[in-house]
Amino acid sequence: MAHATATTEQYAELLQEEQKHQLDERAFGFWLYLMSDALIFSLLFATYAVMVGRTAGGPQAHGLFDLRYTFGETMLLLFSSTTFGLAGLSIRAKNKGAVLFWLAVTFLLGAGFVGMEINEFHGMVVAGAAPERSGFLSAFFTLVATHGLHVTCGLVWIVVLGAEVLRKGLTAPVASRIHRLGLFWHFLDIIWIAIFSVVYLPGSF
Amino acid sequence: MLGKLTMDALPLYSPVALSGALMEVIVGVAVLGFITWYGKWRYLWSEWLTSVDHKKIGIMYIVLAMVMLLRGFFDAIMMRTQQAIAYNSPGYLPSDHFNQVFTAHGTIMIFFVAMPFLTGLINIVVPQQIGTRDVSFPFLNSLSLALTAAGAALVLASLVVGKFSTAGWSAIAPYSELKYTPGVGVDYWIWAILISGVGTTTTGINFLVTILKRRAPGMTLMRMPLFTWTALVTSVLVVFSFPALTVTAALLALDRYVGMHFFTNGHGGDMMNYANLFWIWGHPEVYIVVLPSFGVFSEVVATFSSKRVFGYHSLVYATAVIGILSFTVWLHHFFTMGEGPAVNIFFGIATMLIGIPTGVKIYDWLMTMYRGRVRLEQPMYWTLGFMVTFVIGGMSGILLAIAPVDYMMHNSVFLVAHFHNMLIPGALFGYFAGYTYWFPKAFGFKLEHKWGKRAVWAWVVGFLLAFMPLYVLGFEGMPRRMAHYATPGWQPWLIVAEVGAVVIAVGIAFQVIQLIVSIRDREALKVTNGDPWDGRTLEWATACPPAHYNFAVIPEVHDIDELAWRKQHGVVESTLAPAEAIVMPDNTSAGMIIGGLSFVLGFAMVWHIWWLAALTGLGILAALVARSSDDHGEHIVGADAERTIEGEFGMEAAE
Repeated sequence: MAHATATTEQYAELLQEEQKHQLDERAFGFWLYLMSDALIFSLLFATYAVMVGRTAGGPQAHGLFDLRYTFGETMLLLFSSTTFGLAGLSIRAKNKGAVLFWLAVTFLLGAGFVGMEINEFHGMVVAGAAPERSGFLSAFFTLVATHGLHVTCGLVWIVVLGAEVLRKGLTAPVASRIHRLGLFWHFLDIIWIAIFSVVYLPGSF
Repeated sequence: MLGKLTMDALPLYSPVALSGALMEVIVGVAVLGFITWYGKWRYLWSEWLTSVDHKKIGIMYIVLAMVMLLRGFFDAIMMRTQQAIAYNSPGYLPSDHFNQVFTAHGTIMIFFVAMPFLTGLINIVVPQQIGTRDVSFPFLNSLSLALTAAGAALVLASLVVGKFSTAGWSAIAPYSELKYTPGVGVDYWIWAILISGVGTTTTGINFLVTILKRRAPGMTLMRMPLFTWTALVTSVLVVFSFPALTVTAALLALDRYVGMHFFTNGHGGDMMNYANLFWIWGHPEVYIVVLPSFGVFSEVVATFSSKRVFGYHSLVYATAVIGILSFTVWLHHFFTMGEGPAVNIFFGIATMLIGIPTGVKIYDWLMTMYRGRVRLEQPMYWTLGFMVTFVIGGMSGILLAIAPVDYMMHNSVFLVAHFHNMLIPGALFGYFAGYTYWFPKAFGFKLEHKWGKRAVWAWVVGFLLAFMPLYVLGFEGMPRRMAHYATPGWQPWLIVAEVGAVVIAVGIAFQVIQLIVSIRDREALKVTNGDPWDGRTLEWATACPPAHYNFAVIPEVHDIDELAWRKQHGVVESTLAPAEAIVMPDNTSAGMIIGGLSFVLGFAMVWHIWWLAALTGLGILAALVARSSDDHGEHIVGADAERTIEGEFGMEAAE
């Protein structure tokens, strides 16, 4: 019963230890979330594969896409992953300014991607290839826009975490949030590569 | 301003619907008035609704499930009554209303009774079984509960404002498309499913991480209690199957809201894709609701036979195999789609294969009882009731797995009999066994046993009376979901089924009486030593109810039946030992706020009130950002504070 009263420092240490354990769990939980999200995409891909021929007399995949334009989108997204990686390295170097800089570059590249995608969609709708036109176009717009919506959420998240870096600096919780955002961002890259290969490439030849 | 919402949305179209709505409103107002009268709002908010204690969240889940069970059962007895009298007569329910009733019944029973009940049991029990103080993500847990409740509230709201879907609980396309079902009913279904589906997915992730990362030292995977094992496999199924439900409902929403053509009749829509997507979730869902119940039976049989469960390893592997196979059988829900013999044979064989691990489990439980010292307490009653009735449903399932037979039985009441025979004994009886088994753990006193056993008898007899006639009617060719019929031979059987439903109602009444009697006699039924059943697993190693942090000292695990091992080896770890200071999560209102906003969001989307939807959507985003930026979600429970708390609970040192 001669339990010494714990000091404030001991409590702080205890909290920190618990926090480290929690951040580990959050990373694992986030992987699981990504896996369930991957399933959403895989079902949208499967639906696209089912619907690709169901054009109902409307526009077909062939001739609908401009591969060079899409290649530009792809480059923006791939480079944004690289710049995100650089942000991650800057965290390790504890360089707050560099983290903010690379996050900003990533944001711009991502925003460019979303802008290009919106422009592409707009052009298609104007040309009479709107999602209401056929089952094929419904599946196309839903699959690609779901990815685009994820990227948009990623952009919001970048802003939120950028603000946190500014406010709190590179604390352990902030760094771990950026790590999870990174997982999310690279995951979207992989999904995009699949979209490029399943939707755009076959549609262009 | 209010979208499609006008005064016409009130249920003035039928006196039956109006009285249902009035009853719901009166009960709701009465409950709110009660809380206000006794001035319990602050208590309710700060002790319960904002709590992140997994035990309290679990209790709230089960309260939600029981409330919804009453509503779902009301729907059931309405249908039985209609069919009992609707021979050559319109009965008392207009067809359109009858269709709403069977849709609401299925939706409520699966999503808002089975899911919250099993989630509640997992919440209360799993952290205590694996020797941890809380789940990995306590806030997410509170959010999951709030989202599930928001979905349930949407279904309840549809009775008062507007109509519910008439498309069946699976909202089968293209009937559920705008062209054939233009009202708001299907939209209520969609948003209830989407919102509660998010909550379920996060629960799955939460418990997957909790079980894999938070087990007490020494508890290897193969030392986990079987209920925890089934919770683990169920969580895997949730994480990997609920995305399919989300996709299905979202695509249907896109068809209905933006005019897309995923499942429409024409414009390249593919309605069979709906069936595929829906049942890719739907079949694993069957095992999501059944596996935790199997877990309960494994615990109950071992405890009340006073010996280790027979074939622990085979039960673990059977659980895992069921989990894997559950993803390979979805097509048996629509053999009649006509995919061809090769495809049908594949799915037929896969379906029959599931019978093997399930059979293994039944034999393991029987062998556990064999030469055990069986004590016939209430949980054991439910378990025996399950075993006797469940095997009938298993055999009728094997019949349906044969595609040519299924062609004869498809969409007949034989199918209705089959899956109720799976879900009532297989899922519900298991939950009731768990409810009676762990009730003292949650509240510190046992449930009164006489009324409990009466309830079991009424449920088992009522179940047999209600559903065995449906097998016969299925053979006689009666299709499911008929509002009225002209075949005289069916009516006697339907009257027997009605009697069965009444007997079940009596069973439910007994359960209500049991609860009231138990609360009245709680002093006499009090559990003093924390171990009312001579339990075998860790959740019984602490007080009933335990302190909010469960374990003063995180236990070291040596055996599958850790507590039994400790009793045998005379290991007594005083739970009053001076403990280190520990870290516990803070309460938060963020979950309830987001849940409330989600309900409004769903309601606004149903009625096309776009500005409100946008506003609540932004509110949810803001709340999420605010919560996710919070670095200080914990507090310290000091060693001294801890002793005080245990004093309050009247804990006695283990003997």
